[in-house]
Amino acid sequence: MLGGLTTFSARFFKEVFIPPYEIEQIRKHMIELGMKTLPIVGVTGFIIGLVIALQLSPVLKRFGAEAFLPGSVGISIVRELGPVICALIFAGRVSSGIGAELGSMRVTEQIDAMEVSGVHPFRYLVVTRIFATTFILPILTVYVIFISLIGAYIAVVLVQNMTWAYYIDRVVFAVEFGDAIPGVSKTFVFGFIVGLVGCYKGYTAENGTEGVGQASTSAVVVSSLLILIFDMVLVKLSLWIWPVVK
Amino acid sequence: MVEIRDLHKSFGNNVVLDGVSLNVEEADNMIVFGRSGTGKSVLLKCLIRLLEPDSGSIKIQDKDVLAMDLKELNSLRKDIGFLFQGAALYDSMSVRENLEFPLIRNFDLGRKEIDERVHFVLEAVSLLEAVDKMPSELSGGMKKRIGLARSIITKPKLMFYDEPTTGLDPITSKEISVLIIELQRALKMTSVVVTHDLLCAKIIANRAIVLDEGKIVKEGSIEDLITSDEPLLKNFFSDEIIENKGSLI
Repeated sequence: MLGGLTTFSARFFKEVFIPPYEIEQIRKHMIELGMKTLPIVGVTGFIIGLVIALQLSPVLKRFGAEAFLPGSVGISIVRELGPVICALIFAGRVSSGIGAELGSMRVTEQIDAMEVSGVHPFRYLVVTRIFATTFILPILTVYVIFISLIGAYIAVVLVQNMTWAYYIDRVVFAVEFGDAIPGVSKTFVFGFIVGLVGCYKGYTAENGTEGVGQASTSAVVVSSLLILIFDMVLVKLSLWIWPVVK
Repeated sequence: MVEIRDLHKSFGNNVVLDGVSLNVEEADNMIVFGRSGTGKSVLLKCLIRLLEPDSGSIKIQDKDVLAMDLKELNSLRKDIGFLFQGAALYDSMSVRENLEFPLIRNFDLGRKEIDERVHFVLEAVSLLEAVDKMPSELSGGMKKRIGLARSIITKPKLMFYDEPTTGLDPITSKEISVLIIELQRALKMTSVVVTHDLLCAKIIANRAIVLDEGKIVKEGSIEDLITSDEPLLKNFFSDEIIENKGSLI
């Protein structure tokens, strides 16, 4: 499967620069995928922020470091939790959807029909979707980070008496450029993985409706796994580029 | 119009086409008969390179199809219509969008011309009222008609039909077959039809071939094939005639 995915991604990079550029399709997919995922990532982000703050509060109190709560929560959300949680939810929602949609198009010969009518299905169906997932996930991640910080603030208010202005001031003080940039940048890679795996599984689906189900399920499993593996690599890389020194 | 020479295609160890040679002349309505799994659909798909043959040669309008690059192939495909077994309508598009899709993507036509063509093909298949429906709202027969409308909207010179009446009731099957032959005459197209529906073949064909185990075992008119004494053909056509409740004899 890895060989197939590599060949598929090589084909993407070969085709992506060849006109016609399907700008309208990319825009359509970005709006569709973004709107589809916005509520679920929002709710998840809010809960994650709230829970992390609630969990960290007694631990920091044990060490007499309650004042660091906003900063610690901010850093963990911006650097890791926001991007990864958002990517994993996005993979579950979008990768499976793309796998099922393209898989269904494959087994009902819609992709063949497109090819016969002189349209390049890879460019029209695959390139546009991968492009859309690559660029919509970072936007969603910024939104999730913001919502998570709101969730964390509510938790902070529950355990400490802190104003919003002071909370934000502490978060901004603690979170540096070197935290935000790698955190959000890696979601371009995660978005690419989600689109690539979903499209690959769907585009190469076979064996009728059973194959569509398999494409959808394995798209989620493979893309989630790849997100975690690449996260490991990208964290190491970002720490090398932006070392955390104070 | 179509010239096939010694065409071979296998999937692993499974030999599907084993040296098929065939000529389809201009204005021919050629039927390809055969039991399930004998390579009828594979033959059609090889003709437009939805599948790549292992060896052999295919010429359409004197152009070597297997030697073409993608650009040349897409240019040739504009002159070819293909009706898929399940109609293959794009689920996410309305009937109008399905019909407009090949025109917008391949031809530099104005809005007026596109609207006229959509109206013409929908009128031809008697489904003007379905223009704004989604494929999920259509019956099997309606989907086939819209599929047919989509394949002729580009005014192709050559039509390929893959099991055009499969899954339809006898009345709708007959209607689709009559519609195919009427459009055939009106648009002066050459066609290759894969089917095992004898009634459909009777209505459409002027020539037929029978494929068995990847080879052409018989070629001639429908009557020649039905009245043949060869055991394979006798067996095949007696089953088909029973399926059609004797409506052909």
